[in-house]
Amino acid sequence: MELKAIEILLDKYFEAETSTAEENVLKAYFSSADVAPHLEQYRPMFGYFAGEATQKFERTVPLKTKRRKVAWLSAAAGFVLLSGLIALLNRQPEPSGALGTYDDPEVAFRETQKALNMLSSNVNVGVAGMGYLGEYEKTKEKIFKDHHNQKSKSKKK
Amino acid sequence: MNQSEFIKTINPFKDRLFRLAKRLLVSTEEAEDATQEVLVRLWNNRGKLKSYNSVEALAVTITKNYCLDQLKSKRATEMRIVHSNYTDRDAGLQQQAEDRDSWNWVEKIMDELPEQQKIIVQLRDIEQYEFEEIAKMMDMNETAVRVALSRARKAIREELTKKHSYGIKSN
Repeated sequence: MELKAIEILLDKYFEAETSTAEENVLKAYFSSADVAPHLEQYRPMFGYFAGEATQKFERTVPLKTKRRKVAWLSAAAGFVLLSGLIALLNRQPEPSGALGTYDDPEVAFRETQKALNMLSSNVNVGVAGMGYLGEYEKTKEKIFKDHHNQKSKSKKK
Repeated sequence: MNQSEFIKTINPFKDRLFRLAKRLLVSTEEAEDATQEVLVRLWNNRGKLKSYNSVEALAVTITKNYCLDQLKSKRATEMRIVHSNYTDRDAGLQQQAEDRDSWNWVEKIMDELPEQQKIIVQLRDIEQYEFEEIAKMMDMNETAVRVALSRARKAIREELTKKHSYGIKSN
């Protein structure tokens, strides 16, 4: 009786007319220990199908949120740039106070001269400071020369 | 869609994608690569996923197309890895060894099938999708799916019968 039902299901199965429920009945039948000898040949087929369904994908997939990070980063960079620019623009008008300006051209000229004199004398101070450097240079030259001569002497030897 | 939502969405079917990829690409390594690629593509398009009725059907279609492309572009020098992680069953040890042997036979027979039939058998007999779903995934009508499936099943039967009767005769 049951065997007859299985045979009918098998015929339907090979015509691709069985439902998934019916196919599960077949799978269950062929995984049982007592399969009718004349149906034995179908056992591997259903056994294989059932076995194949147990394979698993074990790898973990790296899910990057890269694109979003870049967007955030550029937004942040833009913000920093903008705020820096604003701060710069806001600061500029400040020194336009009266500091260092003169209404009378004569006074302005004198002050300028004074400033330039001060500058030039300071430049001289700076240049005088360079004298030491000259001394250093001389010494260095001497050592270098001696060293050089020694070298050439030793070569001659 | 955030990461945990995405993982919740793909978890029920990621093994199926892998098995389909493996059916087509044969090597476990390549199948894993393909599955990863498909999942990353889904993730990159996660914003659009909600507009699909079935993300699973979409994922199967993408996997199928991706693997067929891979096969076309490489016709890879396939390395066969015979897996032996079958579940234990009631039958005795001797029987199990015989089963494994005959399962390998089924696998070899399936490898010889045309790609379309291979995929349909995979989707129906192993993954148990409904014909309606398979038709969508394959971009075919249901009748055509049934015809291809019937042909594939009969081809497997024919080869198995040959093998089976050969075994009996040689005994």
